[in-house]
Amino acid sequence: MTVTEDTPLALESGDLPRYADRPLGVLTRPQGGNGWRDWVSTVDHKRIGIMYGAAAMFFFLVGGVEALLIRWQLAVPDGSVLGASVYNQLYTMHGVTMVFLFIMPLAAAFSNYFIPLQIGARDVAFPRLNALSFWVWLGGALFLNSAWLVGGGGADCGWFCYAPNSGLTFSPSPGVDFYTIGLLILGVASLVSSINLIVTCLNMRAPGMTLMRMPVLTWMLLITQFLLLFALPVITVALFLLMFDRLFGAQFFDPGAGADPLLWQHLFWIFGHPEVYIIILPSFGVISEVIPTFSRKPIFGYEFMIFSGVAIGFMGWGVWAHHMFVSGIGPISVAVFSLSTMFIAVPTGVKILNWLATMWGGKLRFTVAMKFAVATVAMFTIGGLSGVTHSVAPADTQQTDTYYVVAHFHYVIFGGGVIGLFAGLYFWWPKVWGYMLDEKLGNWNFWLMLIGFNLTFGPMHVLGLQGMSRRIDTYAAGYGFEFWNMVASVGSLLIAASVLFFMINVWRSKRTAADRPPPGPDPWDARGLEWSIPSPTPVHNFDEVPVVRGRDEWWHRKYGTTDDGRVVMVATAEEAAQTGDAVGVHLPSPSFWPLAVAVGLPLIGYGLIFNLWLCVIGALITVVSIYSWAFEPVDDPDADHGHDSGAGDDHEDGHEVVGLGGAAGAGAGAQQP
Amino acid sequence: MTATAPVGVADHSPGHGHDHTPATGISHTKLAMWVFLGSECLLFGGFISTYLLYKTRGNGRTLPTEVFDIPFTSVSSFVLLMSSLTMVLALSAVNRGDDEAGRVWLLATALLGGVFIGGQVYEFTSFVREGVAFTTNPASSAFFTLTGFHGMHVSLGIVMLMSLFVASVKGKLTRDNAETVEIVGLYWHFVDIVWIFIFTVIYLIPPD
Repeated sequence: MTVTEDTPLALESGDLPRYADRPLGVLTRPQGGNGWRDWVSTVDHKRIGIMYGAAAMFFFLVGGVEALLIRWQLAVPDGSVLGASVYNQLYTMHGVTMVFLFIMPLAAAFSNYFIPLQIGARDVAFPRLNALSFWVWLGGALFLNSAWLVGGGGADCGWFCYAPNSGLTFSPSPGVDFYTIGLLILGVASLVSSINLIVTCLNMRAPGMTLMRMPVLTWMLLITQFLLLFALPVITVALFLLMFDRLFGAQFFDPGAGADPLLWQHLFWIFGHPEVYIIILPSFGVISEVIPTFSRKPIFGYEFMIFSGVAIGFMGWGVWAHHMFVSGIGPISVAVFSLSTMFIAVPTGVKILNWLATMWGGKLRFTVAMKFAVATVAMFTIGGLSGVTHSVAPADTQQTDTYYVVAHFHYVIFGGGVIGLFAGLYFWWPKVWGYMLDEKLGNWNFWLMLIGFNLTFGPMHVLGLQGMSRRIDTYAAGYGFEFWNMVASVGSLLIAASVLFFMINVWRSKRTAADRPPPGPDPWDARGLEWSIPSPTPVHNFDEVPVVRGRDEWWHRKYGTTDDGRVVMVATAEEAAQTGDAVGVHLPSPSFWPLAVAVGLPLIGYGLIFNLWLCVIGALITVVSIYSWAFEPVDDPDADHGHDSGAGDDHEDGHEVVGLGGAAGAGAGAQQP
Repeated sequence: MTATAPVGVADHSPGHGHDHTPATGISHTKLAMWVFLGSECLLFGGFISTYLLYKTRGNGRTLPTEVFDIPFTSVSSFVLLMSSLTMVLALSAVNRGDDEAGRVWLLATALLGGVFIGGQVYEFTSFVREGVAFTTNPASSAFFTLTGFHGMHVSLGIVMLMSLFVASVKGKLTRDNAETVEIVGLYWHFVDIVWIFIFTVIYLIPPD
């Protein structure tokens, strides 16, 4: 990752590879560069963020194909593309994939990459734990999907996996075991990551970056981490109980033995409702950065934005039973949760109002990023309003288990979450990669997605109110379901086309990047500290840790106010930005042990399902790796510590020294052609 | 033009080159442990709630509450609580640079924890002999899961204590990194406090 001063990118002829004389061979710490060793051993928050993002996009395609198969099956009455059993597996794995393997890791990509940049830090608090989070997550994701290959099919109990359907009686194949153990592994990843990022936000802010000066994105991501921190242990409990039931004959969810299946529903939704905000808050944060930038105004009501986010974080814990209005929890519970659900619309409404007020009177620029952001506000509002109809328990009773619910949560999660994250992709792409995404192809991407999304999920409101049930693999002709189902299936193809345009855009923009002028540090005239450094971000982030004097620090370095109140530019972005050519910045050393620890966990999972001996091997790998990690110094002893620039130090082998600006750029930007 | 302090390039202390003074004044690792323990509260909260929901659901077989041996568990609870005292003494010894005493108290803490775990193993086997096994009924499943998870936490704590002990023997645990002992201590005290809850709510409050 770090380009060391004495390591040219290509070895001079006659030089031995630097691993040659190391006893650990391939596990020797690499010292810089861009080979596979450098990526799998990286502890750089930016590379980890990129890997999260790339893996998330891969699983977006997987989940998308599952969704297309569902829509193919439902396009016409009495569909015969899939059998009922495969259909059950597909909608389960579609939900699990999109929630745990696409949106959450894509949000994790933004958290990893931008929290340190926005608070003026060089990395996260625990760089190796950060790598561990990613590798554990990837292991869990592959484990979960390996059910298709080695488990006789994916889980078939829905992403909510209600008892007793999830028990051995009704789901005898090991698909559900892959679900429980897979989600437990993913939970470890998210828990470690949340602790890491909370400590980063609280402890590693640059001088002057008080909490109430943090950008809204960082704030929303911080709240998300707290939600993860407290929600994950609850589903961990539920998953352990289910796993013990299925693998070891425990009696937690067997109604025949006097157990209460509602226990699962409570535990799942105590996790599951905060999870909804875990999905949506990062997107809220993203558009809270995009909208002010393209309105040329500071965010309206910053404090209200923050505190309504915090309020959502708290109130999100008091609404879970609105998922259970028809489960017989009693009239008082229904009334309480009905009210609390209506109340949680208030802080959300505050946010929507503030985004509109930010745009009001602003100098609007409708770039693709801005279009995605505005669409997020509009689509989320629709989803939010149908959510309020769910809080009315009598209406909800009618809508439960119909396509109305499917329409609602797709408007919230896709319309609010995914479209918002796409705004972030277009907005920050030049910062991460050093080239802009093409606006013309981006417009195709945007309009196809917006139209396709509404064609797919809009009609589901109608279908649901007409009484079409969720989770049923087919429907008979003659109930009036035909037309809107066909519309929805056509719409899903448009969404697929829009994603194709996104991929074409990435490919084309990257290929033509050299022909276009580089974006410079701040192509959008934006406001956060991440724009005060070169694009792509240098390995060491900041040449000098910035001192922050107010909100929107970067904006105020570019603009001042005259005596008569006019805003004037005092420096161009190029003048005000750091150059990225610092030398002697000391960075944490890479390590292979996070990956090694992560390899053990899926082995333990396979062992629990197939053969306990595998557990022993997995546990051995994990324990040995943890101890090797603990005894590996944070800083490579072979790499001398960083030193001040120009102090005349002699550079010994393996210095973690960032070379000249060009070399630093090559280190971070070597993903480019 | 840009107002930046001359920190950053030069602000690296050996071993922690990438961080500077934590904004909260609490070190990264200690803060991380506190945050983690916050998460653990919800984990045990979930298991305790599950047991409370199921404690009378015997499915016609023996309930865990019918085979509890309160005097025995009281003694092992006392042993575990005393280990918090020795943990504090260990930290105090390492803090004042008395490595010898630090090792003694670390070992004592681990031993007391080990006695507690031994007691739990004995308790589990005697319960199984009396007809309350993991799969007997919802109440027994919930009981063994809750106390088992607590036992796992204590065992993990013993592993950490023994790692500290070995590090100290090798001379790697000195006054300078006494905070590591403090952080392991935070975990240890937390596990003890959880047991106070479990002992009170599960053992002492009789089922209605």
